[in-house]
Amino acid sequence: MKTVSFTLNGKPTRVTTDENRLLLWVLRDDLGLTGTKFGCGQASCGSCTVVINSDAVRACATAVGDVEGKTVTTIEGVATDGRLHPLQDAFIKHAAFQCGFCTSGMIMGAYAKLLKDPKTPPAEVLKELEDHLCRCGAHVRIVDAVTTAAAAMKGGAR
Amino acid sequence: MSPFNNDLEVPDGWGFVQTIDRRDFLKLTTTGLLVMFFVEPLMGRGSLELPQGGRGGGTPADLNAFLHIGADGRVTCLVGKVELGQGAMTSLPQLAAEELDVPLSAVDIVMGDTDVCPFDSGTFGSLSIRQFGPVLRRAAAEAKGVLLEMAAEKLQVPVTDLAVEAGTVVHKTDRAKRVTYGQLTEGKRIERRLEGRPALEPVSAFTIAGKTAPRRDALEKVTGKAKYAGDIVPTGALHARIVRPPAHGAVLATLDTSAAEKVPGVRVVRDRDLVAVLHAHRDEADKALGLVKATYTPSASTLTDATIFDHLVKTAPAGDTPFRGGDLAAGEKLATSVFSETYRKGYVAHAAMETHSAVAAVENGKVTVWAGTQTPFPLKSQVAAALGLTADKVRVITPYVGGGFGGKSASQQGVEAARLAMAAGVPVRVVWSREEEFYFDTFDPAAVHTIRSGIDAAKKIVFWDLVAVGSGSRGVEHIYDIPNHRTVVRGGWNGNPAGMHPFGIGPWRAPGANANAWARESQIDVMAAKAGMDPVEFRLHNLADARMRRVLEAAVKAFGWTPKPGPSGRGLGVACGIDAGTYAVNMAQVHVNKATGHIQVVRLLSVQDMGVVVNPEGAAQQTEGCLTMGLGYSLAEEVHFKNGELIDSNFDTYQLPRFSWVPKIETVLLESPNLAAQGAGEPAIVPMGAVLANAVFDAIGVRVHQLPMTPARVLAAMKA
Ligand code: FES
Ligand code: FES
Repeated sequence: MKTVSFTLNGKPTRVTTDENRLLLWVLRDDLGLTGTKFGCGQASCGSCTVVINSDAVRACATAVGDVEGKTVTTIEGVATDGRLHPLQDAFIKHAAFQCGFCTSGMIMGAYAKLLKDPKTPPAEVLKELEDHLCRCGAHVRIVDAVTTAAAAMKGGAR
Repeated sequence: MSPFNNDLEVPDGWGFVQTIDRRDFLKLTTTGLLVMFFVEPLMGRGSLELPQGGRGGGTPADLNAFLHIGADGRVTCLVGKVELGQGAMTSLPQLAAEELDVPLSAVDIVMGDTDVCPFDSGTFGSLSIRQFGPVLRRAAAEAKGVLLEMAAEKLQVPVTDLAVEAGTVVHKTDRAKRVTYGQLTEGKRIERRLEGRPALEPVSAFTIAGKTAPRRDALEKVTGKAKYAGDIVPTGALHARIVRPPAHGAVLATLDTSAAEKVPGVRVVRDRDLVAVLHAHRDEADKALGLVKATYTPSASTLTDATIFDHLVKTAPAGDTPFRGGDLAAGEKLATSVFSETYRKGYVAHAAMETHSAVAAVENGKVTVWAGTQTPFPLKSQVAAALGLTADKVRVITPYVGGGFGGKSASQQGVEAARLAMAAGVPVRVVWSREEEFYFDTFDPAAVHTIRSGIDAAKKIVFWDLVAVGSGSRGVEHIYDIPNHRTVVRGGWNGNPAGMHPFGIGPWRAPGANANAWARESQIDVMAAKAGMDPVEFRLHNLADARMRRVLEAAVKAFGWTPKPGPSGRGLGVACGIDAGTYAVNMAQVHVNKATGHIQVVRLLSVQDMGVVVNPEGAAQQTEGCLTMGLGYSLAEEVHFKNGELIDSNFDTYQLPRFSWVPKIETVLLESPNLAAQGAGEPAIVPMGAVLANAVFDAIGVRVHQLPMTPARVLAAMKA
């Protein structure tokens, strides 16, 4: 047992648990943030992607102890001040999902890239998404959404 | 700019009505106008079945209502279908709004709740709009008729003088005379049974349906608020991990759970054959499961993904001959070229991103199961049977479902959660691991097609003799103008002898039709090439069906297809299919790397005649999904196995389509105003195997006879 302190979606957060436990299940089961999804449990689908500091990370393969002192952003923390992020706007605009189960991970993967550099070209963002699976086949719309969002962010939208 | 207000509240008419949060839901429906459902004449064959043993619970009057108009003027559609991503929660309210003349934002929808919605046999077969749409439209038209009559009485004017504008009944000339739907239903309890056939608004007059509506699930899905079954957490719920055998056919010999039992917070629960470890945290339950020592007698199966094809041909039943005509022997005599080919395709997984998930809670003797399922009502019966309860003691609620594709027609996880919740006395969550998902998946069956066919000197197909093993009869009929033909179907979904398949098989997006179209449309291309004809021209030369000719001709135009006999080196392919009442033609362009055998698809076109299109954007999304998913079974997806054990049980080896595979996709939906809405969720995937195999042939002059067309198979075909 250990108390792990980190910033979660902008709020200071402490959890007391076995630090080897997986971030995915601490988020979902202990902290009630169910927007981060379980799809494979072996870092090969992208459903559980969250952003740690500014890196996209698979929460199913990350020990909660590893986020000590770090900043964790989940899909629930992407919209801030009551406003959707340009990626969320663009996913809605292009209907870039069907069942929506991959959506959190897709947005978080793209979000990390654009967080690091809002001028990241869409093709680079999509490279990040290559390891994200979508069984519904929403790919072409996700490409459009990422392109729209990247253009908006390049133009200064946040 | 975002269309949402500052709190990111889900606006009216968006999202799901989560009925469990509204224990007063049934109370809500004790006033207002309810349109009930009347079974036979409206439903037609095989669409919605009679409620079995009623839905129980609720007041009898609430049974089978599928439309409610409340005192606030809000319309609630009560629909037994579920939202799998296909967009029914968006397009069904469009139809209701259309018939009732209310704004779309005044319509709510409740889906897949067995205590609130009328019976429905399941969400599959592209039927949500095709068969349920007309029923909902009639209910809405009926409601509007009743409201008009009530308004006429209240305003003391003849009904013919009235019109409806955005939920308000208005006198056509004296516009001060008006009354809202809400005012009419306020404080009253009105029930109407759907018996007659109220006049439906002609499709040409549609102002809401037929247009693109924003997806109602959008805001919840992009903010992480959308709840799937595994996200529902009743107080005190524990995760269950179930002890599973390593291989199909392996039998439990010894079991020792003592080490797991010692872990703090772990409970071990047994219910007959079901043994599970329970813990509040999923990862700790996983760890505890790892401590369970179980031994098994090995599976007796010796089959592998390589030997399965001979096995199927050997074990499949003699089968039926659903289609035959003319005289095969006479046809063969006319042939100047005879073709004899065999096509194979392996088992394919559903692999929805959400694994089978369910949460069950028991309260006052009543079991509530939240399940990711395509079949909430059948699941309710299964849970009742497994627990020995009457049907009224079980309620299944279906939140958002993270993809189905046929795989969640089977919902064993719901029964498991209910049994374990009952045995443990606490709410239980069962979220299958990806490995369990593969193990229990009901795969799209492996199939073998042998086709003998021939053409005469005039390049007309004179005979066609097809034996389809494993893939059933959907879409197996040849669609061409062939005087002498026979189609034999050996094995499908029912009546297969035990042991024919080494594991479960079941409906997979357009069940069996993918394999059937792959074989047929490949064979057509083989003949076209031999005839020295362009594959489109060869098809048109042998096609009498005017509807398919129109779709094919539209595809030629949209693609810019210029005729050239194959192999032209251009890498172009065409294939046709009919499914769920929709006619589909796909065209593709591929590049084949001759050194590696890798196929890169560079362009895909789908042209469909699906009758009236209710939500064009939704239909386009479904079509794109079909083409993208079709890349998988055509190029890479195949379940490998050996002796009852799956070699592929997660995405490290089982490859789904990725961004880099997906080409430019063009979708064309032909205007077809005189035909009722047909299926949109499946037809466009059906020609995928053949369109790519045909494009590969056109590129390199080599035909691949087995799906998926992996680089190794392409290289092997080049060497042959
Ligand atoms: S669940 Fe973590 S990558 Fe799939
Ligand atoms: S939208 Fe269903 S998996 Fe991507």
